Amino acid sequence: MAVVEKALRDAHGHLSGADPAKPLEYQDPNQSLRILGFWLFLATDMLLFGCLFATYLVLRTHTDGGPTAHELFDIPGFTAETFILLTSSFTGGLATLAMRNRNRKQVLAWLTVTILLGLAFVGLEAQEFYKDVLEGATMQRSAFLSAFFTLVGTHGSHVSLGIVWMFSILLQVAKRGLTQVTARKVFIVNLYWHFLDVVWVFIFTVVYLFGVVM
Amino acid sequence: MPDALRQFADTYLMWQEGPMIWISDVLILLTSIGIVATLTYFKKWKWLWREWLTTVDHKKIGIMYLIAALLMMFRGGADGLLMRTQLAAPGMHFLDAEHYDQIFTTHGTIMILFMAMPFIFALFNIVVPLQIGARDVAFPYLNAISFWLFFFGALLLNISFVFGGSPDAGWTSYPPLSELGFDNGPGENFYLLALQISGIGSIATGINFLVTILRMRAPGMTLMKMPLFTWSVLSACIMIIFAFPALTVALALLMLDRIVGTHFFTILQGGNPMMFINLFWIWGHPEVYIVVVPAFGVFSEVVATFARKRIFGYTSMVAALLSISVISYFVWAHHFFTMGAGADVNTFFAVATMAVGIPTGVKVFNWLFTMYRGRIRMTLPMLWTIAFVPCFVIGGATGVMLAVAPADYQYHNSYFLIAHFHQVLIGGVVFGMLAGMYYWWPKMFGFKLDERLGRWAFWFFNIGFYVCFMPQYALGFMGMQRRMYTYPADMGWGTLNFVSTIGAYLMGIGFIFIVAQVLYSIKYGERDLTGDPWDGRTLEWSLPSPVPHYNFAVIPTVTSRDYWWTLKEEGRTDEIKPKPEDIQPIHMPKNSGRPFLMGVLFFVAGLGFVFNWHVLAVLGLLGVVVTMLRRSFEYDDEYYIQPEEIQHVESALGRL
Ligand code: HEM
Ligand SMILES: [Cu+2]
Repeated sequence: MAVVEKALRDAHGHLSGADPAKPLEYQDPNQSLRILGFWLFLATDMLLFGCLFATYLVLRTHTDGGPTAHELFDIPGFTAETFILLTSSFTGGLATLAMRNRNRKQVLAWLTVTILLGLAFVGLEAQEFYKDVLEGATMQRSAFLSAFFTLVGTHGSHVSLGIVWMFSILLQVAKRGLTQVTARKVFIVNLYWHFLDVVWVFIFTVVYLFGVVM
Repeated sequence: MPDALRQFADTYLMWQEGPMIWISDVLILLTSIGIVATLTYFKKWKWLWREWLTTVDHKKIGIMYLIAALLMMFRGGADGLLMRTQLAAPGMHFLDAEHYDQIFTTHGTIMILFMAMPFIFALFNIVVPLQIGARDVAFPYLNAISFWLFFFGALLLNISFVFGGSPDAGWTSYPPLSELGFDNGPGENFYLLALQISGIGSIATGINFLVTILRMRAPGMTLMKMPLFTWSVLSACIMIIFAFPALTVALALLMLDRIVGTHFFTILQGGNPMMFINLFWIWGHPEVYIVVVPAFGVFSEVVATFARKRIFGYTSMVAALLSISVISYFVWAHHFFTMGAGADVNTFFAVATMAVGIPTGVKVFNWLFTMYRGRIRMTLPMLWTIAFVPCFVIGGATGVMLAVAPADYQYHNSYFLIAHFHQVLIGGVVFGMLAGMYYWWPKMFGFKLDERLGRWAFWFFNIGFYVCFMPQYALGFMGMQRRMYTYPADMGWGTLNFVSTIGAYLMGIGFIFIVAQVLYSIKYGERDLTGDPWDGRTLEWSLPSPVPHYNFAVIPTVTSRDYWWTLKEEGRTDEIKPKPEDIQPIHMPKNSGRPFLMGVLFFVAGLGFVFNWHVLAVLGLLGVVVTMLRRSFEYDDEYYIQPEEIQHVESALGRL
C-alpha cells in the first residue's frame, strides 16, 4: 500500500509536492486538479438540468386535452423512488467515508449497496414510464408529456450511466486497492451520485409534488 | 441494380440537383484521392498517426485547430461570395431560393461554430500554457477529445453538402420552420448533430482551460500578474461553461421533436417555439462574446508589445473582461424585441445591452492610451489591431442603435443588422484572430509570415470590408430584408448591392493573399532564431521557437507582470535559462489514439441519427461508452522525459 502511494507521489512530482495532511483523494495535486475539473463539469450539468426544468415549467400546463400531471402521477410510486435514491446517496456517502478511513472492504460493500439501490430506482422508474405509456401517456401526446419524460428521463439515464461507472470503479478498487488515484475516483463518482440526488429532490418537488397538488 | 444505384444517388448524393453538385462531388473525390496518394507516396501515414492524430500536445492540437479554422474560413467565405454574386444585380438566377437558403445557413453556422470557435481554441491552446509557465493544459487527453469532437462535428456539417442535403433554416434554426413538418429531409438533422457533437467538445475545452488557468500557473504568477490574453481566455471559459449547456438542451429538444416526434416547439399539441428561441439566444449572445473576448486579449498583447509600453489600465482591463462575461448573460432577448414580450421586458434587455458598451469602451480607451506616445512599430499584428479600433467602434455604435427596442422594430432582420454583425464579427473576431495568428506564428512554426504579401492582404481585406458592408446599412434603411435570395429592379437597391458585391470580392482577394503569404513564407519567411522576434513581454517569448514539446525545461518563478520584459530591462535574461543541475525528469502524458477513435464513433452515431438509422446510432453511442470505460481502466498513461534528453535538446538550442 504505502509503496504504491509513495511511487505515485513521486510520479506526480511536477506539480508542487504531495500533501499527506489532506484527505487521501486530495493528497496528490494531479488528483485534486481532476476533482476541481469535475466540479466544473457538475456546474455545466446543473445548468443543463436548469434549462430542462425551465422548459418543463413553461410547458407544464400544455396538456392539449391529454393526461394531466394530477391524473398521471402515482404517489406511492414516486415516494418509493425518492426514498430509495436518498438512501443510496447516504450509502454512497458511507463509501466515501470508508475510503477516507482506508477501509477497502467497506468501500466495496457500500458501493455495492449503492449500485443495487440505484438499480432498484431505475427499475421503478422504468416501470412507472411503462405504465404511463400503457395508459396512452406517451411523450408524443402533448408538450407537457414531452417535457416530463425528457426531464425525468434525462435524470434516469444519468443514474443509469452512473451505475455503470460506479461498477467500473468498484472493479478498480477491488483490483488495485485504495491509492490516491482510485480514492479520487471513488470520491468523484460519489460527488456525481449526490448531485443526481439533489436534482432528484428538485424533480420530486417541482414535478411530482406540484403536479399532484396543483 | 442500376435502379437501386440510381435511387441511392438521388437520395443521398443528390444527383438530380445538377452540374453544381456533380462538379463538387468530383472535386471532393479528386482532393481525397490526392491526399491519400500524397500520404502514401511520401510514406507519411505513420507520421500522420504518430505525430498528429494521436497527439495530446497542446501546441500541436492548437496548430490543427488553426488549420481547420483557416479551411473553414475558406469554405464560409466561398459561401459568402456565392451569395454576394447572386445579389449583385436584381432578378438574378445564379442561385435559386432553395440553394440560397442552404448557403446562408451553412455560411453562418460555419463562420461562427467552425471558423471562429476553432480559431479562438487554436490560440487558447498555443498560447495559454506558454504564457502561464505550464507544461501542458490541465487535462491533455480531454483536450484531444475536444479537438476531435470539433473536427468530426465540422466534418458532419460539411459532408451534408454532398451527402443528403444541407440545412436550410438559418444558422439560428428557429422552429416551427425547422420542425419536421416544414423542413423534411436530413439537412436540419445534420445541423443539430454537428453542433451538438462539437458543442460537447467546447464545454470540455471551457472546463479544461479554466482549471489550467486557475491551477497550473508558474510559481509567483498571481492572478493579477497574468497576461491579459490569459485573462481573456479565463473570461471566455466562464462564458462557455455557463452558456453552452443551454445550446445542448435547445438542440437536444429540437432533435427529439424531429426524430422522436415530441412536441416541445411545434405549434400543435401545446408546443412553444419561443422556448427554443430563448434557449438558443441564452447561449447565442454569450457565444458572440466568447469569440470576441479572446480577440480583445490578442489586441492587449499586441498593443503593449508594439507600442513598447505596458498596457494602460491593467486592472480596469481585467474588470472590463469580467463584467462583460457577466452582462453578456442578461441581454439575450435583444435578438427578438419584436416578438411582443412587452415594454418592461424589452426595456430591461435594451438597457442591459447598452451597458455592455461601457466596459467595451473602457477597453478601447485603454488600448488608445497605451498607444499614446508609444514608439509604435507598424507590423502586421499591429496593423490589424489599429484597423480593428474604428471598425469595432462603428459596429458597436450601430449595435447600440439596434439596442433601442422601439427603433429595432425598423432595423430588425434588415440589412442594417447584417452590416452591424459583420462589422463586429469581422472587425472584432476575424481581425483579432488574424492579428493573433501573425503575432504567434513564429512561436508556432519558427518563422515569420512575409510582411509585403501580408500588407497586400491587409489593404484588400480592409478596403473590401468597408466597400462590402457600408452600403448594407443604407440598404437596410431602404427596406431590404436579410435572407432574401433576390429582389426586383424597381426597389432601387441594385447599385448599392453591386458595390457591396465588389467589396466582397476584394475581401476574397485579400484572403488569397493570405494563402499566398503562408505558402511563400514557408520557404522564404524570415526565420526566428532568438525565440523573441517581436521583442515581446510575456513568458512565451522567453522560449525558443518552435517550443520543445515539454515547453519549460525548468519552470520559472515569476516576480512581476510582463516578467520577460522585466528580465530584459534589468539584463537578467540568463536567470530564466535552465541550469543543468535544476533539470529534473519531466513527466508527460502519453499519446493516445482513443480521442480520435471517439470522434469517429461520435461521427458514426451522428450519421445514424441524421438518417434515422437507429442501429448505427446505437452502435456509435455504445462505442463511445466502451472507449470511456477503457479509459477509466487505463493507469499507465504517462511517461518521463529524462534529464539527459532535456539537456540534449536544450544545448542543441543553445540554451545551456
Ligand atoms: C468574406 C466575408 C463575408 C461575406 C462576403 C459575408 C456575406 C454574407 C451574406 C451575403 C450573408 C447573407 C445575408 C442574407 O441573405 O441574409 C451573410 C450572413 C451571415 N454571415 Fe456573413 N459574410 C462574411 C463573413 C462572415 C463572418 C466572418 C462571419 C462570422 C464570424 C459571418 C457570419 C454570418 C452570419 C451568422 C450570417 C447569418 C446567417 C443566417 O442568416 O442564418 N459572416 N454573410
Ligand atoms: Cu446578442
